[in-house]
Amino acid sequence: MNANPLNGTPATTSPSSPLPSLRLVDVACRRGDRLLFSGLDETLAPGELLWLRGGNGRGKTSLLRLVAGLSAPEGGQILWGDAPTRRNERFANELVYIAHTNALKDDLTAAESLAFLARVHGRDASAPAIRAALALLGLAGRERTPTRSLSQGLRRRVALARLALETAPALWVLDEPFDALDVDGTATLHALLAAHRARGGSVLLTSHHLHLDAEAASAGFRVLDLDLLPRDAALLA
Amino acid sequence: MNGAVFLAVYLRDLRLAWRRRTEALLPVAFFLVAASLFPLGVGPDPQVLKLIAPGVVWVCALLAAMLSMPPLYAADHADGSLEQLLLAPDAGLAVAAAKAAGHWTISGAPLVVAAPLLGLLLGLPAEELSVLFMSLLLGTPILSLLGGVGAALTLGLRSAGMLIVLIVLPLAIPALIFGAGAAAAVDAGQSPSPHLSLLGALLIACLVGAPPATAAALRIAVE
Repeated sequence: MNANPLNGTPATTSPSSPLPSLRLVDVACRRGDRLLFSGLDETLAPGELLWLRGGNGRGKTSLLRLVAGLSAPEGGQILWGDAPTRRNERFANELVYIAHTNALKDDLTAAESLAFLARVHGRDASAPAIRAALALLGLAGRERTPTRSLSQGLRRRVALARLALETAPALWVLDEPFDALDVDGTATLHALLAAHRARGGSVLLTSHHLHLDAEAASAGFRVLDLDLLPRDAALLA
Repeated sequence: MNGAVFLAVYLRDLRLAWRRRTEALLPVAFFLVAASLFPLGVGPDPQVLKLIAPGVVWVCALLAAMLSMPPLYAADHADGSLEQLLLAPDAGLAVAAAKAAGHWTISGAPLVVAAPLLGLLLGLPAEELSVLFMSLLLGTPILSLLGGVGAALTLGLRSAGMLIVLIVLPLAIPALIFGAGAAAAVDAGQSPSPHLSLLGALLIACLVGAPPATAAALRIAVE
């Protein structure tokens, strides 16, 4: 790795300009014929963590997918600074999206899986960097283990090891990152989140677990409750 | 096109195929078994077999290629890899091209290599065997590229396997006609060049047109 991800050391691959804010402007989201929410205005500045909450089916994952650019909003705009996020090369380079699926292949080893994802997203995929990232997530000695042989918690750790490869400020969009993690894994993820925010990165995440207490007291921690947003009946088909 | 994504996906697919070798060999096994049924079905007359051999080999290659199409994107879609791939900058074209290239390397190239053996079994003379080899060398990448479009269009649908066949087979008819026609032209004492040239033109058209269509279909599938 170019820098220790846990101490907030400035990245050696820092972008030419500061990390922009993520801006959601009057965003509405529809799944099928159901309007999940509308009128969402929110700004996520560098260094902030936004905890997305809401009941099942309120659109937390859908909002994360909208932000990542995997789907288009029913209305409104999602901006990275002043530019739309979709088909935005800078945004693509500065986004780390980890879904609830781990994007791992059963027939690849933990190291191969992580190296593949790092290579695809233009991150350091060298063997030492991959080894260090896996070790940070408590997977030292399991680099050559096929992911099919790993438990659900260890598979989640392999997926989250991508975060340990990050050295530059970026936007992390994480869907239930604490799922399946044990106490040690949770503590490591907290440390990664804190270091990331310290170097100017922003985080948007969902979690049904109350693991965010440690973050809650810190500056820049905010909660967005989708249960409080209107579901505009007029927009329903 | 994102070259790093192309290389990463292509090499990963080859590695995955190597680790599931038995699965990867199924299309070529189907190809050999299906083609070897024809002498049993139409009779052992060498003249008849020689006459139908190019068509038999081409149809069996086409069906074998289709057999390996349904899982092309389905596994990546199911485990979340496809979303990750499409999030990389400028990656849609690279993913589509890499998957088609990987499919051809894993499934198409073995068919090309096995085809002369089948032609020999069906009594094709040496000059027709070389033309058959050439036609499949040009034609099987077309099948991989068209199959990629079909696999992307049917991603996440029920009965995707059958739908891919129904979508791709009509599109592959020109390749089948020119491919089988090349060897038949040699048998008729004509030059196979026009057929091979048209097959080459089809390949270029598919190389230009299929990856953007596949990339667009993939983006729709993940939305």
